Amino acid sequence: MQDAVRELVRDGDTVSIEGFTHLISFAAGHEIIRQGRRDLTLARMTPDVVYDQMVGAGVAKKLIFSWVGNPGVGSLHAIRRRIEDEDPGPLEIEEYSHFGMVCRYVAGASNLPFFPIRSYFESDIPKVNLKIVPMRSPYEDGTEVYVVPPLRPDVAIVHAQRADANGDAQIWGLLGCQKEAAFAADRVIVVVEEVVDESVIRRDPNRTVIPSVIVDAVVEEPFGCHPSFAQGYYDRDNAFYVAWDDIARDPETLDAWLKEWVYDLGSHRDYVEKMGADRWGSLRPEPAPSGEVDYGRYA
Amino acid sequence: MSETSEAYEAYSPSEMMIAASARQLGGVRNCFVGVGLPNIVCNLAQRTVAPDLQLVYESGVFGARPERLPLSIGDPTLVTGAIAVTSMFELFAYYLQAGLIDVAFLGAAQIDRFGNINTTVIGDYAKPKVRLPGSGGAWEIAIHARQILVIMRQGQRSFVDQLHFRTSPGHSGDPAHDASRGWWGSGPTSVVTDLGTYAFDEASGEMTLVTLHPGVTLDRVRENMGWDPKVSSDLGETLPPTDEELRLIREELDPEGISTK
Repeated sequence: MQDAVRELVRDGDTVSIEGFTHLISFAAGHEIIRQGRRDLTLARMTPDVVYDQMVGAGVAKKLIFSWVGNPGVGSLHAIRRRIEDEDPGPLEIEEYSHFGMVCRYVAGASNLPFFPIRSYFESDIPKVNLKIVPMRSPYEDGTEVYVVPPLRPDVAIVHAQRADANGDAQIWGLLGCQKEAAFAADRVIVVVEEVVDESVIRRDPNRTVIPSVIVDAVVEEPFGCHPSFAQGYYDRDNAFYVAWDDIARDPETLDAWLKEWVYDLGSHRDYVEKMGADRWGSLRPEPAPSGEVDYGRYA
Repeated sequence: MSETSEAYEAYSPSEMMIAASARQLGGVRNCFVGVGLPNIVCNLAQRTVAPDLQLVYESGVFGARPERLPLSIGDPTLVTGAIAVTSMFELFAYYLQAGLIDVAFLGAAQIDRFGNINTTVIGDYAKPKVRLPGSGGAWEIAIHARQILVIMRQGQRSFVDQLHFRTSPGHSGDPAHDASRGWWGSGPTSVVTDLGTYAFDEASGEMTLVTLHPGVTLDRVRENMGWDPKVSSDLGETLPPTDEELRLIREELDPEGISTK
């Protein structure tokens, strides 16, 4: 992870660590904090606790998002301080609705100049984000739509359950917009619970979300999504999301948390060890395997 | 103490809201669910008035059968055992924008008399007093779902005469305009609060009080909103939660009382 972040994430980049509640690469976020990146534009549909930590650590100058809260809990206080009080400095924001954000990635991934959607009518959102523009269909129906511009991150960081050594990555469970973000990005880091043999990937090609052809680095980082989750591997650590509300509410406790859990640790492996086996055991789900399908052999 | 107020003591305002909302889902098939109260409402409806209800979550889940109360709309319990799990593009484009969703729940920090909703800021957008989460999927849900149900507590700060920001639209106040919009959705059809239930007047699109929860007075409703509400000419009383509804809520859906206190 150190090498991937050192080589692929640069000061001033637009970075998308995607994953809708599921498979959020906190490990990458922490490494970016440790390496002291600055002036990043952080894009994510839901900034989540990972961007609250990164904004609290001072890596970001701008946030692009569609829902800025702590899912199921409430607020992201480090981000709110920057927006409401400019404390310790202003944070530029650019906001959309969920579908608008998804379609920005779709446009980026598809090499399109914009993407039309039936959103934003009779809302104040286009008044505060001038990149959301009304347009009329050139066809007979003349339907009015709004268009959103492509989002092409410099770097997308996506966590998957497994990939081969080349980075052919398979995801199951909530798919969010990781595929769209990865195809839209200039550089892609794939982080996985397990690196597996290519034959494992080839046995179930429908499950491949990101092919190695767009991947620049593969990092094996078990428990790398904590406190978010990896379907089938570990549960969302809801207690941590609840606890974060108190931690982030006060800049001093936030700094102390960052020192203890990010700066004073050398890597995510240290974090996993420090969290302790009991915590990981308590987050492990009972098995619920899918039935296998038969692709057939056509020799 | 009258019988009614004794009954009111026996269940919480949240339980009243949940039961009253769930009854509105009778016969509904595809329902877009949020976390918290809407989640319990939908699960209660599935066990009572709407056995064919498919729970749809914006995280990309169609037909969820959660085995525990999900804390967030992205909980892994929504995935295991679901009918389908899709990318968010598919969920928003093919399911929601294409008009497959019958009913959706929305919450709000602020709502006005026409059901317009603010989930973005309190105060000025550029220098907000409180920065709220923003739209998320709310804009798309508000327009593309055939019917919107709102479930929220009411007070002077949440039921306002003037929104600070209009995140997602409700009725415009001009029924001719509403009819010309060409949206799947007919906007909010009902609001259930801790004090009563409201429908929207067809002629004016305005929120109208139709029932008071047992033990609640009209004065108390008026004290807890920022405008003088329209009141139905046959204002009634909300049926209190039945024993079966309360049993399902307390024993099966929220045994720890996370959302129902």
